[in-house]
Amino acid sequence: MITLTHDPIDYHALTESVRSNHSGAVVLFLGTVRELTGGRRTVALDYEGYPQMAEVKLAELEASARSRWPIDRVGIVHRLGHLELGEISVAVAVSCPHRQQAFEAGKFLIDELKVSVPIWKKENWDDGSTEWVHPGGEMSKPD
Amino acid sequence: MLSVKLFAKARDLAGSSVVQIPWSDGETVARLKQQLSELHPALVPLIPRLLVAVNNDYAADAAIIRSTDEVACFPPVSGG
Repeated sequence: MITLTHDPIDYHALTESVRSNHSGAVVLFLGTVRELTGGRRTVALDYEGYPQMAEVKLAELEASARSRWPIDRVGIVHRLGHLELGEISVAVAVSCPHRQQAFEAGKFLIDELKVSVPIWKKENWDDGSTEWVHPGGEMSKPD
Repeated sequence: MLSVKLFAKARDLAGSSVVQIPWSDGETVARLKQQLSELHPALVPLIPRLLVAVNNDYAADAAIIRSTDEVACFPPVSGG
């Protein structure tokens, strides 16, 4: 199950959706809105996506993970819109027969999601300024 | 004309979520970047790292774009 949503993520339901009697291990990763980045204080994040391509890339990621590990079920939900401090921006749940596979597959899915899926975040700093987060260079200067 | 979707900082700089670019079938992603720089100079600082997607997949500079393709341009992604 791969979903983009503007609603709060029900990570309990997501976790249940990947459980089965074939799997002895379920790993859940939650990404949450962190307060401090390099000494600056975040009050909120705004997430924007390119939904149709994001869904294609997430499906490719799932297929890629399935080719490497004996995955039973996968659930990925990414939140879009305005998120306050502490809210969950992304949840990745994966089930496998054994724990090492599940941990490795879960790490792969979140790591690759962050570099290949077209979703962007904008910082809302505590001084009232905003700034798109675009990894890797001078583009990340405050607006 | 080629319809090009813009996202995140690219959209903010251009001031529009979709721009129309004069297009001849057979031109490349590199040509699109050149056209964007000329027609939307506000995008120039982004061009060196601008990502171009054609039909929901990342496209290299040499890739050919047809005017009927679904094209989007955006900065490096930062989801998660």
